[in-house]
Amino acid sequence: MNNITDERFTDGKPNLRRFHQARWDEPVIFELGQPGQRGILVPEVDEGIKSQVGNPLKEIPDSLLRKNQPQLPEISQPAVVRHYVHLSQETLGVDCNIDVGQGTCTMKYSPKVNDQLARMVEMTELHPLQDESTVQGILEVFWRFEQILKEISGLDRFTLQPGAGSAAIYTNASIIRAYHASRGEIDKRDEIITTIFSHPSDAACAKVAGFKVITLYPDEDGYPDIEALSAAISERTAGLLITNPEDTGIYNPRIAEFTKLVHVAGGLCSYDQANANGILGVTRAREAGFDLCHFNLHKTFSTPHGCGGPAVGATGVTKELIPFLPVPLVDFDGSNYFLNYDLPNSIGKIRPFYGVAQAVLKAYAWVMALGAEGLREVAEIAVLNNNYLLHKILSIRGASAPYAKGKRRIEQVRYSWEKLYEETGVHSDELGIRAADFGVHYWTSHHPYVVPEPCTLEPTESYSKEELDEYAAIIENVANEAYSNPDLVKNAPYNSTVHTINNHPLDDPQQWCITWRAYKRKTQQVTA
Amino acid sequence: MTPKKIVYPYIPNSEPKIKAQMLKDVCASSVDEFYGDIPVELRFNGQMNLPAPFTSEYALRRHIEKILEKNKTTKQYLNFLGAGCYQHHVPAVCDEINSRGEFLTAYAGEPYDDHGRFQSLFEYTSMMAELLEMDVVNVPTYDGFQAAATALRMACHISNRNKVLLPDTLGRDLLSKIRDYLKFDIEIIMVKHNPLTGGIDLHHLKELLTPEIAAVFFENPSYLGFLELKGTEITEMAHSHGVICIVNVDPISLGVLEPPIQYGADIVVGDIQPLGMHMSYGGGQAGFIASRDEEKYVMQYPSRLFGIVPTRVKGEYGFGDVAYERTSFAKREEGNEWVGTASALWGITAGVYLALMGPQGMKEIGEGILYRSQYAKQEMSKLANVSTGVFQAPQFKEFVVNFDKTGKTVAEINHTLLEKRIFGGKDLSHEFPWLGESALFCFTEVHTKEDIDQLVSTLKEVVA
Repeated sequence: MNNITDERFTDGKPNLRRFHQARWDEPVIFELGQPGQRGILVPEVDEGIKSQVGNPLKEIPDSLLRKNQPQLPEISQPAVVRHYVHLSQETLGVDCNIDVGQGTCTMKYSPKVNDQLARMVEMTELHPLQDESTVQGILEVFWRFEQILKEISGLDRFTLQPGAGSAAIYTNASIIRAYHASRGEIDKRDEIITTIFSHPSDAACAKVAGFKVITLYPDEDGYPDIEALSAAISERTAGLLITNPEDTGIYNPRIAEFTKLVHVAGGLCSYDQANANGILGVTRAREAGFDLCHFNLHKTFSTPHGCGGPAVGATGVTKELIPFLPVPLVDFDGSNYFLNYDLPNSIGKIRPFYGVAQAVLKAYAWVMALGAEGLREVAEIAVLNNNYLLHKILSIRGASAPYAKGKRRIEQVRYSWEKLYEETGVHSDELGIRAADFGVHYWTSHHPYVVPEPCTLEPTESYSKEELDEYAAIIENVANEAYSNPDLVKNAPYNSTVHTINNHPLDDPQQWCITWRAYKRKTQQVTA
Repeated sequence: MTPKKIVYPYIPNSEPKIKAQMLKDVCASSVDEFYGDIPVELRFNGQMNLPAPFTSEYALRRHIEKILEKNKTTKQYLNFLGAGCYQHHVPAVCDEINSRGEFLTAYAGEPYDDHGRFQSLFEYTSMMAELLEMDVVNVPTYDGFQAAATALRMACHISNRNKVLLPDTLGRDLLSKIRDYLKFDIEIIMVKHNPLTGGIDLHHLKELLTPEIAAVFFENPSYLGFLELKGTEITEMAHSHGVICIVNVDPISLGVLEPPIQYGADIVVGDIQPLGMHMSYGGGQAGFIASRDEEKYVMQYPSRLFGIVPTRVKGEYGFGDVAYERTSFAKREEGNEWVGTASALWGITAGVYLALMGPQGMKEIGEGILYRSQYAKQEMSKLANVSTGVFQAPQFKEFVVNFDKTGKTVAEINHTLLEKRIFGGKDLSHEFPWLGESALFCFTEVHTKEDIDQLVSTLKEVVA
């Protein structure tokens, strides 16, 4: 009998996993099933109803009755389950990888107990228009969680209505607009200032809210440029939408000067706290001079990312801006929780009802498992992990971390493979595709690529030292391959669910196929 | 005695020896070094004033359960509330698939990491496309409100016009959302309704339709439950002025009702919550936008659109982003609106729902809902002083009930119903004062004859 365990190590270090992603070569769902098969049966109509009503379609004018049955697939239940289980296995969630590669996304562990609690019938089977006396529990969760966010941010009130981070940014921009409108200044104040290392939505949402966008580029050392800010500020300034630490992982030490300059000019300052994970309990929006802020509950507060939602962008404001918040707020009169619609300058509704309640519940449960000390531990370990990984990555040939030389980073790092590219011809995104062969994510950067050949990694608090070592070993291996055999990297992936995709049709209106029916039409395929 | 250091189960490196070793590895004396860029005056001193934690999973569970037990659910009470969030049966398979950790915890990976996520969302949009008979459907936006507001903006961009027409029967919350979303550059004009049917007043529409109008928006079924009977007339009138027609639809009705493209819709929007999502106090909403496959429409979507493509291996399906350059991910403020996290998991779930239901299931559920709502209307119309004939038009699952002649307010009636463990219809008296003391009642496949009879007999006592 061999010592198999020993064979899994080389020079005392664990070998890289011989990973292969699930590859079911899965048909598209329309290819499954047979006519007449059923996945579920619907509740029968009681005979008493049938006999009284007769034909329920007779009341509907013929012009409104469907003539052709929808061409949905007809599949048995086990086949539907197998199909979707196959597709789930072909998806790399946090639960199955060392997910430090999706930098800025805060891919932390989402505790299972919170998911179970959110599936209780006392959560799932609540109609949002029920009498307030029957939903005291969930209203209490909203209220309690708001108190927590007030303490974490130092701001005075929160709405949990916006459906994710960008919706929260839009909400903040809309509040800024309403604030200036209430002072008769909106025609004059039509500019929002942001930075290039803030999320693209800080620029995009401001535009949708009717503002011109001024984007500041960093100074030579990668810090937001205060001189550029001074030059951009004028009597037209409505507000500042800014991330800190920025997506580079660099904290802007002059942030209080930024907010002061904008305030002096009559603008409001809104804090995109998408990168809040590393500063929980360390520094807050209030002390930095912000009037508004938002937290992504699916990031910092662990409610799962769900392939991209549902989510909550919790939006906070100072006392002066409370009257502008979306309605309703959840209030407590000492004995009962209730919905408060009495906000004179409210921007109105951002979404139906009150927000993704089950995400609020999960975020609340997450905080209540940790407490103040635990949240501080989250921040400290996330930052320790980030600087540990920084240390490991910088030891890899061809890697660098531009800007803020010799400084520490907070929540993530935007690396550059410029040197590696110059020496090997391998681009950063090609390294990322090769990394998929080892079962991990890897993300470059939002556009434009200010950092050349960028790569953004964010370890959060959820990964062990060994896992960070493993991730770094994968990246080192891929980088070494780029030097020794660049074609090996350029022709990746090999171990993924699919092989190299032909992206060309995706940008050609004649060829793109956004649904199966468009695909059938455009490929003139005969319907099966 | 110093308190025991907690090693947090969610934080592997909170184990003190590991933490110390890692600090040493990066030549840091303490974590404070990492925060060197944060000025002292911005540091939060001391510990945040938060409630004491429940560090064991058991204690946490007890705490949360105790709070949630204060809720009264629609399993315990008979529920006849709708108005945008609907109690339908959620198939077990929907919950099973959206609870799978791979889907639940995935996010924004590339197709080589997350092929299954791309395929399942492509399949969702494809099944919606069959339901709607339209070739383009987006990866879900936040909710139906956002879908409506975005579609109106899209229409303004496509037509290069900036006025939109909305029916005055629109729910006030949706109107509020649209007003906020369009407030700085698009003029909203309300179209009167036909007092008899509730549908759009065609005479008023004719007066308002000019070449300056970008879009006319209407609902089928409407917020107030009635079906819009003049869809074809509305779209023909609108199209003669080059006006884009947007229809807000309940997707669960489309097994029996015509998809709006058949009466001339250019863009169709709605909320997919009925297709396999629990109500979750409003947390199950997700929006769709659909259109024909025309470049001028496609290029105005802000959302992600997933397309099917070949790979270098013959017969292998691949997926990717269609026309990515139109998005804010690619072009920041020069892209269309914005794109980001929204409601993708609900898209996957609605796909599972449609795959389970198939054409026959969608037909049967549509018919089953019509049966129940018609039965309920007939039975409620027998009640003295109660009117179900506010609008002379058929409904799908909701209709308005007027209680003016009972001498009681809806609030009073609902209060008494609540004591009898019934959630009565949505009170419309504040939202639409011209409807008097009216409520919007909702009936779906979850209601049995016994449930409806119980509502009616209780109402009979209440209004007597």
